[in-house]
Amino acid sequence: MNNRRSFLKIGALGLGGLAVAPTLMRRRADASATFPVQPGDSVTMTPTYCEICFWQCAGWTFTKNGRPWKIVGNPDDRHSNGRFCTRGTGGMGAYTDPDRLRTPLLRVEGPDGQHFREATWEEAFDYIAEKLNHVRSTYGGESLAMFSHGNGATHFKTLTKAFGSANITAPSYAQCRGPRDDAFLLTFGETVGSPERTDIENSRCLVLIGSHIGENLHNGQVQEMATAIERGAEIIVVDPRFSVAASKAKHWLPIKPSTDLALLLAWIHVIVEEGLYDREYVDRYTTGFDQLKAAVASNTPEWAYPITTLHPDVIRETARTMARNAPATLVHPGRHVTWYGDDTQRSRAVAILNALLGSWGRKGGFYFPSEVAFEDEPHPPYPKPRWTWADLAPDAYPFASSSIASLIRDATADPSMAPDKPIKAWLVYGSNLIYALPEPEKTIQAIQNLDLLVAVDIQPAEICGWADVVLPECTYLERYDDIRTSPGRVRQIALRAPAFEPSFDTKPAAWMVKQLAPRLGLEAWFPWNDMEEWLDRRLAQVGSSLEEMRRIGVKTLDGEGPLYLAEGEAMEFNTPSGRIELASEQLAAAGFDAVPRYTPHDEPPPGYYRLLSGRSPAHTFARTINNPLLNEIQSENDLWVNTVTAEDWGLKNGQEVRLRNSAGRISTFPIRVRVTERIRPDSLYMVHGFGHTEKLLTKAFGRGADDNELIENVKIDPLMGATARRNTFVTFEIEETGVEAV
Amino acid sequence: MKTRRYAIVIDTLRCIGCADCVVACKTENEVPEGYCRDWITEATTGTFPELHTEYRSERCNHCSNPPCVHACPTGASFVADGSNVTLVDPELCTGCKSCIAACPYDARFVLPEGYVSKCTFCMHRVEVGLDPACVSACPTRCMAFGDCNDPDSEVSRLLRTRTWKVIAPEAGTEPNVYYLT
Repeated sequence: MNNRRSFLKIGALGLGGLAVAPTLMRRRADASATFPVQPGDSVTMTPTYCEICFWQCAGWTFTKNGRPWKIVGNPDDRHSNGRFCTRGTGGMGAYTDPDRLRTPLLRVEGPDGQHFREATWEEAFDYIAEKLNHVRSTYGGESLAMFSHGNGATHFKTLTKAFGSANITAPSYAQCRGPRDDAFLLTFGETVGSPERTDIENSRCLVLIGSHIGENLHNGQVQEMATAIERGAEIIVVDPRFSVAASKAKHWLPIKPSTDLALLLAWIHVIVEEGLYDREYVDRYTTGFDQLKAAVASNTPEWAYPITTLHPDVIRETARTMARNAPATLVHPGRHVTWYGDDTQRSRAVAILNALLGSWGRKGGFYFPSEVAFEDEPHPPYPKPRWTWADLAPDAYPFASSSIASLIRDATADPSMAPDKPIKAWLVYGSNLIYALPEPEKTIQAIQNLDLLVAVDIQPAEICGWADVVLPECTYLERYDDIRTSPGRVRQIALRAPAFEPSFDTKPAAWMVKQLAPRLGLEAWFPWNDMEEWLDRRLAQVGSSLEEMRRIGVKTLDGEGPLYLAEGEAMEFNTPSGRIELASEQLAAAGFDAVPRYTPHDEPPPGYYRLLSGRSPAHTFARTINNPLLNEIQSENDLWVNTVTAEDWGLKNGQEVRLRNSAGRISTFPIRVRVTERIRPDSLYMVHGFGHTEKLLTKAFGRGADDNELIENVKIDPLMGATARRNTFVTFEIEETGVEAV
Repeated sequence: MKTRRYAIVIDTLRCIGCADCVVACKTENEVPEGYCRDWITEATTGTFPELHTEYRSERCNHCSNPPCVHACPTGASFVADGSNVTLVDPELCTGCKSCIAACPYDARFVLPEGYVSKCTFCMHRVEVGLDPACVSACPTRCMAFGDCNDPDSEVSRLLRTRTWKVIAPEAGTEPNVYYLT
């Protein structure tokens, strides 16, 4: 690091010698004063891993003369390969955002109604402890639920468990990747993990079904897709929208939305009927092939044509392309897959297709990841909860492998669901539930039933406005957090260390928990003084230290396993049969289809369009819109409208409209129309996360529209409880006239 | 003295238009809010469903025949000695905007301080052997920086082996940002 710092200084000094081409100058000119590094500047580098999304890329936070400068990737890091994405590069904006929370806030009742008043940390903790101790003594520790997102939550999770609750949840399961995870568990006995174990850089054929890598900037995948493009991989993109990925693809299949499962079954049909599957792999590792073959016998490309609007020749050609490149064909499992309510079964079809192609455990398909696990420090056993989230709907969602945030929300909103299992307190860490859970009115209803809502956040996210107590956390650039241990091709750990002192009166979550625990009688679970001590002891488990990690940021440990199956290797899968389950007996036993079966979904009424949503490379969910650096890249979302649809409604590019869903709900804010050829005429698209209603988020307030408030017709996946977003039908509310055009 | 012709070669087949290059430039060079030295252009042709979309990361082309430098009445816009990199001396710049009018790429702007700013090809980094911030940040590695006068450089190799284009060649500016197609 010292070398690097010296280099920069030398460079700045060297620039003084810049001169001017003689024919073009009148007198000597010098631009070096405009260069960002000047002689004598003091530059520091502090290791971090990114908190702007869940990919957790490791990098360096640079300061210059004690001021924030830039964040760049750590070249040793296999999540980022030394290159951060747009959002990670813009992470400094989270620190510099003037709209950040600055001090604890307490909701108080005044003569003019409720308002927040600034509070000391002591007051905030005392208030929380009084309420939580009352909840515990009245209802039991189980009545606390924690919603979290992000790496700072570690100690709050410990606190929740020590309090006696297993109701720890996150919208990242039932509102995002859950169906995929459970489908792969049912099929292969393992999930694909995060970051996903996808071997895209070695794929000869990459199939993306509604997954818009390149707009979702899951850094490693984006980098590997670019490598695959360079190497001439054949990309097949299934999307109603001509996504960025579609623009890189050999085959774009502009499928009618909601019919993906029909396409998948037709692909399986072709591969089975034409004998294109990996026979040796299927014989050695799978079970249920005959049942699968019988189940898809009628799912011909001709059957799928009127459903999907994709020509049978295209379906056959793409199926053969997949088989030709197998096993280096990756049918990507996607990440946000909560679309239509049968998403686990659709993801099962993705898993089955991969199994037929023999891509699981094969180069160019799915590799076997390695990861590092730390032992927790010795602590008293957690109290055993008398009930958990799973008991809130005991007869439903038998294959849920994780807690269902929406179920906990619903049970809070409607205590009659489980009268003897009341949820009376929410601890919400870094998760803006108003934007993350569908049907925000239900979330608000649930909040009305709480004795206590604590929100821990870095910014005044909408959920904070509903809280009784707001605890302002410092950003990831101002704190230590747990060591990054997430899986990959090698065993790596990464450190997040503070580059700055906490701004204003903000504090790290670890400090908050240390203050709160004794007030709840739970200090025995936190036998450390500060994060430096805790991290140093943790790192000693792998022969490292805080001092070393502060110097190198990322460390690669020995002991990674093989990435792929060896030729003919025997493998026991963690499924009931010990094999890859093409047909699932456990699904059949629970009354579900052993092999996925296509059922049509609701269609938009006349004059309505299916609302699709996705990601922007500049933003993560609804949490970065106010980041000044990222807001400059994209300050509002727009509504993709096909040219023909726009003509039908007389819509002009850039015109503001509001949207009304079929239940009559109108978007709070208008959104600008983007007239484009890049989407089907029956669908509309917007990036999720905009249309903020919190005025304190000055850059985000009222900019663009929020798709979440329009989500309707929320089908719930009967296997595992995921809430579907894409059965939402909207029409235009034209601003100028105030009446609906026909 | 050896003359370098620095260029950025951008592979449009890899570029996803994510604007990481824009944020990397803004933070590296401390470009004030509301301004940028590089930007993303999207170009879509065709009609549904026969479409082609290209993303381009654009910036000053550091032209070999720079109209901005010719147009500058004070000598503030100049070509760095030994290369094609065009720079602006804030002490000499009066903010008259002649260069802005002359530039076919819209690459220049006037800062609130009253002088013109634009991409420097990150000369402060290049001088110490680093790539420009935009190039080194790009997650798709779609950009290469180097000296076209060096036949062994990555940029020379790419321009020899791939098809490419430049923006507004008809302007006669001999631009040095290339797009692989």
